[in-house]
Amino acid sequence: MSSPTIASVSVDELRDIAKRVRAHIVRMVAAAQSGHPGGSLSAVELGVSLFWNHLRCDPSRPDWPDRDRFLLSKGHATPFYYSLLAERGYFSTDLLSGFRTLGSPLQGHASMNAAPGIEMSGGSLGQGLSFAIGQAKAARMDGRDSRCWVLLGDGELNEGQVWEAAMAVPHFGLGDRIIAMVDRNGIQNDGFADTIMRTHPADMFRGFGWQVIECDGHDMAAVDQALSEAERPHEKPRCVVAYTIKGRGVSYMENNPSFHGKAPNADQLATAIAEIELGLK
Amino acid sequence: MSAPTPTSAATREAYPFGLLDLVEAGVDVVAIDADLSVSTMGYQFGEKHPDRWMTVGVAEANMVGIAAGLAAAGKTAFIASFAAFLPGRCFDQLRTSVAQPKGGLNVKCVGSHGGITVGEDGMSAQAVEDLSLMTSLIPFDVIVPADFEEARQAIVAVGKTTRPAYVRTGRPKVPAIYGRDYRFEIGRSNKLREGSDVTLIACGILVEAAVKAADFLANEGISARVVNMATIKPIDREAVIAAARETGAIVTAEEHQTTGGLGSAVARVLAETIPAPMSFVGVDRYGTSGKWDELLGYFELTPARVAQAARDAIARKR
Ligand SMILES: Cc1ncc(C[n+]2csc(CCOP(=O)(O)OP(=O)(O)O)c2C)c(N)n1
Repeated sequence: MSSPTIASVSVDELRDIAKRVRAHIVRMVAAAQSGHPGGSLSAVELGVSLFWNHLRCDPSRPDWPDRDRFLLSKGHATPFYYSLLAERGYFSTDLLSGFRTLGSPLQGHASMNAAPGIEMSGGSLGQGLSFAIGQAKAARMDGRDSRCWVLLGDGELNEGQVWEAAMAVPHFGLGDRIIAMVDRNGIQNDGFADTIMRTHPADMFRGFGWQVIECDGHDMAAVDQALSEAERPHEKPRCVVAYTIKGRGVSYMENNPSFHGKAPNADQLATAIAEIELGLK
Repeated sequence: MSAPTPTSAATREAYPFGLLDLVEAGVDVVAIDADLSVSTMGYQFGEKHPDRWMTVGVAEANMVGIAAGLAAAGKTAFIASFAAFLPGRCFDQLRTSVAQPKGGLNVKCVGSHGGITVGEDGMSAQAVEDLSLMTSLIPFDVIVPADFEEARQAIVAVGKTTRPAYVRTGRPKVPAIYGRDYRFEIGRSNKLREGSDVTLIACGILVEAAVKAADFLANEGISARVVNMATIKPIDREAVIAAARETGAIVTAEEHQTTGGLGSAVARVLAETIPAPMSFVGVDRYGTSGKWDELLGYFELTPARVAQAARDAIARKR
């Protein structure tokens, strides 16, 4: 077995990849005229840093048993997820244009085994951290050193199951194998989290026995640093809370709850592509 | 705000209007959403009656528990989410906190985006098991309205009982079948076409397909009765028995798997009274992404399939 494959690319390169991923996201959602751009754009830096510099994976062998697992618990962020998988080489970027259409493997919410690299079925929030516990426990039983990286939304933290799992990770001593990442964009489906249901992700995870690493979720260097820190062995499980902006990179989507699950029209798409090309300011 | 009578509307759009009617009628309503109020349309009620509406975030199980507490304290509690998550994410809370207290507590569940016509979101958001789950909760009434007017009246009807109930609403706009003169009653079906060779019993979005199927069949000289069976539980036994006696063959059509929903309920009545050949139209697999009208074709929830099911049932007559 070859060694784990981490691309190890520079922060500048990561930023270029992030631009491509953002462009895929808005194009996919615009083509489908449905989907979730806001929470896809907010997670881009986390996803790109993870997939190129931290996730031990081999896109040519998606079933490699020792691979790290990326579990998209906020399963609606598929434009983000599929773009990452395609850019990383799991499948052709040509597939992206079929997103959400009848017969495409790129389902509205990720469907396990539908396309290479999809590690769990999602779409009903709150389930990823529990799934990770099962994966991590099995890896430990089988003597494999693979890890699980779980991406959660901050609205998703409303689900009780997240906290059942958060409590269980330190209890089972799985902190060396499970890393949680919270995309703290402050907006959920119906509006701003502070009016829908207030959460305090960092305090809540700390209260459940986790080591919390906070970062600016759109500063690529800071994100990359935070994920490196999260990988270092520590007696507690690690949770990266990334402070992000929903819709980041497209001015009219930024911090705008209505783009949680709404597609841009043709004019808006052109604006979005132009802005994304300029990069984050 | 009095309810409109749109020629085309989604059944979910009727939910807030039903709630407003109930408040006007003096019912002590409290409605709760779980971060899908923009989809269930519950937010429109919240705008009119902020004191009677709340959102609990993405926390369906908590929502059910809160509703049970409200009901135990004398309120008429309505809760809403996608039919995939209500009952999907909170079945045990519905069972223990709502259904098992003697007679059931006064909690009304509204599952929006029922069936596969959610469309592009795909299988996780497409409910093909909500009717099975909800008919299994003993004190619950279970209703699948076919158009806006019927949905509004169903919300009002369940709000005026003290029993727990489940009302399934849909995402896409569907043509109006009924006007203001229609009178929905829990447990009473509505005959849309008279017929003597076969009866097409449908609910929800399949009612329209059944009517079109009856037209197809009429061209072939087959006389098909069409019954809108909006109440799955308690089922209108008299209408089913009459259909079997007078037409001798039955088709059920539903946007749901054929186990545990409309088809199963009708089959049971037939088995206990006048067995008649029967065909089931439904969705016996998980959904997939696609446009909602495309999916109706993909899963063969079509007039052509209902008509074929009718021919099959008729061929099995003895
Ligand atoms: C169990 C469940 N309930 C409701 C939904 C509908 N839903 C989809 S996304 C969403 C809001 C999620 O907010 P957040 O986790 O903050 O996601 P992000 O802002 O990162 O996109 C909701 C309520 C769902 N997918 N699953």
